[in-house]
Amino acid sequence: MSATAATGGFVPGDRGRVGMACLIFTESAFFSIFLVAYLFYIGKSATGPQPAQVLDLPVLATVCLLSSSGTIAVALKSLGSGHIARFLVAWGLTIALGVAFLGFTAQEWQRLITVDGLTLRTNLFGTTFYSLVGFHAAHVLLGVLMMTSVALLALTGRVNSEHAPRVELVGWYWHFVDAVWLAVLTVVYVLGR
Amino acid sequence: MAEAVPAGSQDPHGGHGHHEQSFWSKYVFSTDHKMIAMQYMFTGMAMGMIGAFMAYAFRMQLAFPGMEVPLYGLVSPANYNSLVTNHGTIMIFWVAMPVLLAGFGNFLIPLMIGCDDMVFPRINRLSYQIFLLSAIVLLASFFVPGGAFGGAWTAYPPLSSEAQYSLTPMGSSFWVVAVALEFVAFLMGGINFVTTAMNSRAPGMKMYDIPIVVWMIVIASILFMASVGPLIAGAIMLFFDQNLGTAFYDPSRGGDPILWQHLFWFFGHPEVYVVLLPALGVTAEIIPVFARKKFFAYKTVLYTVFATGVLSFTVWAHHQFIAGIDPRMANIFTVTTLLISVPIAEMCFVYIATLWGGSITLSTPMLWALAFVAEFLIGGVTGIFLGASGADIYMHDTYFVLAHFHYTFYPIAIVGTFAGFTFWFPKMFGRMMDDRLGKIHFWGSIIPFNCIFIPLFVLGMAGQHRRIFDFNAYPDLALPWMQHTREFVTIALLVMLAFQLVFFYNVWKSLRKGEKASKNPWKSNTLEWTTESPPGHGNWAELPTVYRGPYEYSVPDREEDYWPQNQPS
Repeated sequence: MSATAATGGFVPGDRGRVGMACLIFTESAFFSIFLVAYLFYIGKSATGPQPAQVLDLPVLATVCLLSSSGTIAVALKSLGSGHIARFLVAWGLTIALGVAFLGFTAQEWQRLITVDGLTLRTNLFGTTFYSLVGFHAAHVLLGVLMMTSVALLALTGRVNSEHAPRVELVGWYWHFVDAVWLAVLTVVYVLGR
Repeated sequence: MAEAVPAGSQDPHGGHGHHEQSFWSKYVFSTDHKMIAMQYMFTGMAMGMIGAFMAYAFRMQLAFPGMEVPLYGLVSPANYNSLVTNHGTIMIFWVAMPVLLAGFGNFLIPLMIGCDDMVFPRINRLSYQIFLLSAIVLLASFFVPGGAFGGAWTAYPPLSSEAQYSLTPMGSSFWVVAVALEFVAFLMGGINFVTTAMNSRAPGMKMYDIPIVVWMIVIASILFMASVGPLIAGAIMLFFDQNLGTAFYDPSRGGDPILWQHLFWFFGHPEVYVVLLPALGVTAEIIPVFARKKFFAYKTVLYTVFATGVLSFTVWAHHQFIAGIDPRMANIFTVTTLLISVPIAEMCFVYIATLWGGSITLSTPMLWALAFVAEFLIGGVTGIFLGASGADIYMHDTYFVLAHFHYTFYPIAIVGTFAGFTFWFPKMFGRMMDDRLGKIHFWGSIIPFNCIFIPLFVLGMAGQHRRIFDFNAYPDLALPWMQHTREFVTIALLVMLAFQLVFFYNVWKSLRKGEKASKNPWKSNTLEWTTESPPGHGNWAELPTVYRGPYEYSVPDREEDYWPQNQPS
């Protein structure tokens, strides 16, 4: 909106970057509370099933999500240098990896609910597990939706290299979601078992 | 400016349709920061009237138990709980926050840093719409089965999580949803404030040329962004416990109600500074103007506020000294709590130093600003007693606590608001306010305020507990002198409420017949006074350039005693 930029003193970046940085800052605070609540409640669940009995290390899901950070970096670099076709391939791959991650999560939840009988209200472990992993998965879903809308715009030829700074913000968000997964993985599947 | 509008039509409820913009796009779906500021301010003031009405109803019950309260009716114990709960909730989250942070923030930041609007105007509009929705959800909770939430504004589980204790299953859920929505709204506003102040400053405006109030609102927004995530997380947990049967706060299944207390106060204490800083900023703008002196120790104040912000995240457990926390832990929180009074005391001295040797004009805004410093001092000093864990064990949950935080929040939310409102009224509406009526309103608010809360300190020290519907049920709290004191307090409240009519009359009269305001009626330096009153769409015909700091008053060898930021020499 405002065309003026401060000429004297410190300007941290364009408005999109500052806004996204603020959002990520707040979201970090949000997730840190669910992580702290999970850590605080490890082993306090009054009844079973307990994490060690039902959780497996989600290797494939983790590989998908972490490699998608690489593909999105390739996509953003391609967009910056004007290679729209290469951008679309890498961008589509990122979306596919995100969807695959959600698929693995859905598979895990289905097994936990139908086989192990663990739901949100079964015990304290179920409460903290589904809320933490669920909020992370909801953020993955939101990221996939954002990337899909960018992809649709790109397929109709409305994205080119001058939009790179805007599209990069989606990349920031996606890297953040990835970083949160590393924390969730450590807390839930490593420390918590 | 051609599109400058008559003063009366700035009222968001007015229906003047003679502009290019339709009524809806001008007043309801506007993206203009000034109109959104008005929307926040008037919604906040309307909520303030509702909150004040609640205070009136339960104070009448306390002074005259069992009375048919005029305009309300009989206050039942359940009504009493709902009234005190929602009085606290509304006054802090739906009055102090929207008026001070969102209202003044939206109005002042673009005008003071010299740009045409917020950097995300549509997010700004969405922020207000979500805020309005949250207010509607909260008020709707009074009309659901079981009535509005009555488990106190701190919403401790299990009172808030278990229907069998709160007796208001739907009201509790409405309360949590309203609070969470409101915080999402302010989150959007806060991101806007920070980004705008960082990115859209006028050419030449360096970091140390930014007016204090803008800094204060930006720092408050950063504090809010850091602290609100945990509370939204906690509110979601509470909502899940209420409606999905989760076990976050349920001790019978291994959960811990104290977790909520940690999350609530980890947010709640920085929240005090989120509303305090804008009020401190507003007074910091007013005092130099009416003392005609440079603001004392600008940079020191900034560093102090940064430090206060960091420190405010380390004091939260002083609200929980009797909740079973480890006494060794309590010692640590006592030390951090007493430490945080140091920077606030420093601010008071800075304000006094700014006044020292100035040529002071006791106009209405200046009276409010000085009252802010004086009254907040009492709130701060009484906080020392509560911050010390030993004394707090006796004082906890008495009227001493209640009087203490009203001595902080009344100066912040009421005195700070009136100071800013009377100071910027000419800029907002293009008319001067009646100074005589303003002074009558000032004294009619400040004297009864002290008559309300100084007696409550005494009652608190005598052991009067909070959140009790009828003290006659407790013989040692039903002594005649205590009951007479309660009656005195309630009458003082009625006097104070009556004097608010003077304020509304003053606004109504000044909007119609007030003297037309010039661009710069107070001879102030900051950029908002260099444009029309009220500023048109886009704020300036040509955006200003900044040459100096905001507080160059009474500079030697200059003809005029002020030196606007945009004047080349």
